[in-house]
Amino acid sequence: MTPALPDGEPVPDDGALPAWVRQARTAPAGVEERAFGVYLHVPFCTVRCGYCDFNTYTASELGGGASQASYAQTAVQEIALAARVLDDAGVGGRAVSTVFVGGGTPTVLPVADLSLMLAAVRRTWGLAPGAEVTTEANPDSVTPESLERLAAAGFTRVSFGMQSAVTRVLATLERTHDPARVPQVVAWARAAGLDVSLDLIYGTPGETLADWRESVEAALACGVDHVSAYALVVEQGTRMAAQVRRGLLTLPDEDDQAAKYELADDLLASAGLHWYEVSNWSRGPEHASRHNLAYWRGDDWWGVGPGAHSHVGAGDRAVRWWNVKHPRAYADRLAGARSPAAGRELLEPEDVALERVLLGVRLAEGMDLGLLAPGARTAVAGLVADGLLDGVAAVRGRVLLTRRGRLLADAVVRALTD
Amino acid sequence: MSPIPSAALSEHIQPAATAPELLRNFCIIAHIDHGKSTLADRMLQQTGVVSDRAMRAQYLDRMDIERERGITIKSQAVRMPWAVEAGGTTTAYALNMIDTPGHVDFTYEVSRSLAACEGAVLLVDAAQGIEAQTLANLYLAMENDLAIIPVLNKIDLPAAQPEKYAEELAGLVGVDPADVLKVSGKTGVGVTELLDRIVERVPAPQGSADAPARAMIFDSVYDTYRGVVTYVRVVDGHLSPREKIVMMSTRAHHELLEIGVISPEPIPTKGLGVGEVGYLITGVKDVRQSKVGDTVTNQSKPASEALAEYHDPRPMVFSGLYPIDGSDYPVLRDALDRLKLNDAALVYEPETSVALGFGFRVGFLGLLHLEIVRERLEREFDLDLISTAPNVVYEVTLEDRSVVTVTNPSEFPGGKIGEVREPVVKATILAPSEFIGAVMELCQSRRGDLLGMDYLSAERVEMRYTLPLAEIVFDFFDQLKSKTRGYASLDYEPAGEAAADLVKVDILLQGEQVDAFSAIVHKDKAYAYGVMMAGKLKELIPRQQFEVPIQAAVGARVIARETVRAMRKDVLAKCYGGDITRKRKLLEKQKEGKKRMKTIGRVDVPQEAFIAALSTESGGKDAKDKSKK
Repeated sequence: MTPALPDGEPVPDDGALPAWVRQARTAPAGVEERAFGVYLHVPFCTVRCGYCDFNTYTASELGGGASQASYAQTAVQEIALAARVLDDAGVGGRAVSTVFVGGGTPTVLPVADLSLMLAAVRRTWGLAPGAEVTTEANPDSVTPESLERLAAAGFTRVSFGMQSAVTRVLATLERTHDPARVPQVVAWARAAGLDVSLDLIYGTPGETLADWRESVEAALACGVDHVSAYALVVEQGTRMAAQVRRGLLTLPDEDDQAAKYELADDLLASAGLHWYEVSNWSRGPEHASRHNLAYWRGDDWWGVGPGAHSHVGAGDRAVRWWNVKHPRAYADRLAGARSPAAGRELLEPEDVALERVLLGVRLAEGMDLGLLAPGARTAVAGLVADGLLDGVAAVRGRVLLTRRGRLLADAVVRALTD
Repeated sequence: MSPIPSAALSEHIQPAATAPELLRNFCIIAHIDHGKSTLADRMLQQTGVVSDRAMRAQYLDRMDIERERGITIKSQAVRMPWAVEAGGTTTAYALNMIDTPGHVDFTYEVSRSLAACEGAVLLVDAAQGIEAQTLANLYLAMENDLAIIPVLNKIDLPAAQPEKYAEELAGLVGVDPADVLKVSGKTGVGVTELLDRIVERVPAPQGSADAPARAMIFDSVYDTYRGVVTYVRVVDGHLSPREKIVMMSTRAHHELLEIGVISPEPIPTKGLGVGEVGYLITGVKDVRQSKVGDTVTNQSKPASEALAEYHDPRPMVFSGLYPIDGSDYPVLRDALDRLKLNDAALVYEPETSVALGFGFRVGFLGLLHLEIVRERLEREFDLDLISTAPNVVYEVTLEDRSVVTVTNPSEFPGGKIGEVREPVVKATILAPSEFIGAVMELCQSRRGDLLGMDYLSAERVEMRYTLPLAEIVFDFFDQLKSKTRGYASLDYEPAGEAAADLVKVDILLQGEQVDAFSAIVHKDKAYAYGVMMAGKLKELIPRQQFEVPIQAAVGARVIARETVRAMRKDVLAKCYGGDITRKRKLLEKQKEGKKRMKTIGRVDVPQEAFIAALSTESGGKDAKDKSKK
């Protein structure tokens, strides 16, 4: 979750969605069916990494009050509120297609707590057949037993924060795990019957191209079916940003990051992992993260937990809201039977259209040319000529990034929404 | 006996009724920060014209810019009473202090101010010695036969070296060092003696009271409430309120609505007589109708001959001024129209640039004039402006013998050219003798011809050069200062035109010429300019989705080339649920940002890049960097 919450309008105390959601979704023209996912945020870590700007807290940062021990119970209260709000808006009662537990470090909570939250989701809405249920995990905070118990509780997938295989790079990132542990935890997870994804970060200060190759190859050597690779972004207000400002760390330039992206794409593709989103690769569509695809496709999701964002679409409009950031404020709101939402934005048709391009362009499935404004469709030719969009796909009516286009996706989006 | 005249004595020095022998008209010649305004403040206080309580720093400088920059743009004349005792009798005098602009850009105005005086206080900072501009104005004063009163100011400063500089001044003016007065405008020390000395040394004005009226205009300012206020010095005859007057250069008739003296606020009087200095108001709205240097006479009994030949101020330096926000163009036009009312030297005409949009080509007397006008436009009219690199006026003779006057480099003719003539100046540079080598090197690199060199003292030397004006308008002064650790001073005056081997260098982005970056330079420097500009733009133009070649060309010949490499990465790696709002807002912000870009062909160039590429400061810096390599 982002460090600073957006500016938005207030949300009613009962968390009610705008009336037009009900009107649009239950229109006589036909009830709209959208996939529904649940995100569960766990805002705790044992230590905070220098580059991290996520909404997470260590025990010492929290300073008592909102205890880690009672967090799962608090989250369950929001799930109950979510069910009421969605029902009232006429969009409840849908089985959940995907659940994603993210953080922070979800696995700092006992497995029992994670199971408790998942059970609440299942009890409230039910899980759709073949639902994808993922948790993020730190290689440090799992054991063969804990992974087995997660699988037994209904989790189907685990995403480990590997980041790098190079000790020096991990040290710069202030990650505490031993890289040698990663193949071990992957093996345990697979033995427990879980799908596994590894997260990698490239462009850490001091990381060479050879370091990066080592990391990608190490990830592939674990035999995983899904990899996410993100360029390091140094956000304002993080410890790393201060180190950069003081000249202690030097950020890599965009050429270095571009070269590393291309290297990763080559290595992953030759191992059979193909891109399905700008920063995500999987062994075939069946191993793609369906929960993440739901974000990019503009589906509905409810984000549970401090700072979590939610999204409900209706017709050509949508509403997005976000919870208060601090776990204590979050717990206080729910204890007082009030919605923990801090603010929301109502997306008008032009906003929804813009987001559809913004997100849809990032996908390997591409997007329908018909979704572009007429003016933008003329820009497609120029983008094909510049080698940023796939010409064959364009002729067939799809907007699809070339590899160079993936690296310049934001420029493509600007051109397509001008 | 107080030097402020008693009421009885003051009867003898009433405006329009003061005998010329009781008048003293003087000015103060000083370098920009040698303390002229502070000394003038002290004189206003000691003569009782301004009470201690009403005093504010630099009382005479009306405009904010003047007060902040410590320079005087518009001269004014203040009448001050002063009583002097001699041989047992006390006589009251009326002193007119005519405040002259101190800068070389305004030489013509300075010469008119000097012509209104019989004496000049030569004011020099006792810690710095004389500067080139002061020297230039001293020459002008001496040519006008003014009595010179050498004065060292700021003697209260710890760094003051009054003995050393008294000798330098005495040597220049031809007096005994003991005759050099030592004052402090700050503490007031020596100001009484100076006022006494003015009465003693400055000759009384001479003129014929019965002749047809002749008054010289030495300044003309626009006042929002009164219209144009014209400052005059009466030479012959008498001007009275309500009578009809004639401007001799234009033969225009006006009614004299009001006439008076400044002391220090305007006081209407029954007129002005021989030798007197004051103001007149005719109701005209444009300073061009009341021009500095013109002679005012009486319609009913006109003079046959003007006091001096009048000539219009001639712009020497041109620059394009463009609003950063294109919709501000009408505001800029109105603002220039307003400034013109008060600035007879300002000329401009609309101009369109492919790169910068709609703007004006504006002519200035010099660089300071340019800077002041630009600053006033930005400050008083709240405009954000881009100004193109200043250039001079070229006379281009084509092979068919037709002549083209070029005030904008992009208009430089492309075909066969016979001859190009450019304005040249005579420059005087004063510097400590240890910097002779550095100054010569600089002047030579700027196509200068040494005319002569004199030692003012053992440590200070005056060097005289002929230099193309174009070389001076391009960061010459910055270079001179940096090469002499700030010790050198510069003055220059127009010295006609000379033929030179000049070419136009164009800058092309992706093959498209960018008019704002074209420059006319000497053939030998075309390469250096091209390399410098292409290099600078390479740093300033953001990477695009495609490679952008930057070329510098003379005609069809490319002389320098740089490439802005294609951008390789422009994507936020992460975009999950919580990032989407932020991402959309960022996109909207980027699109806003694009609106502030100028598109040349397909290349988006941020406004900041134009400003940085065109600013002379960074030009100066680059030139310095280059010299290090």
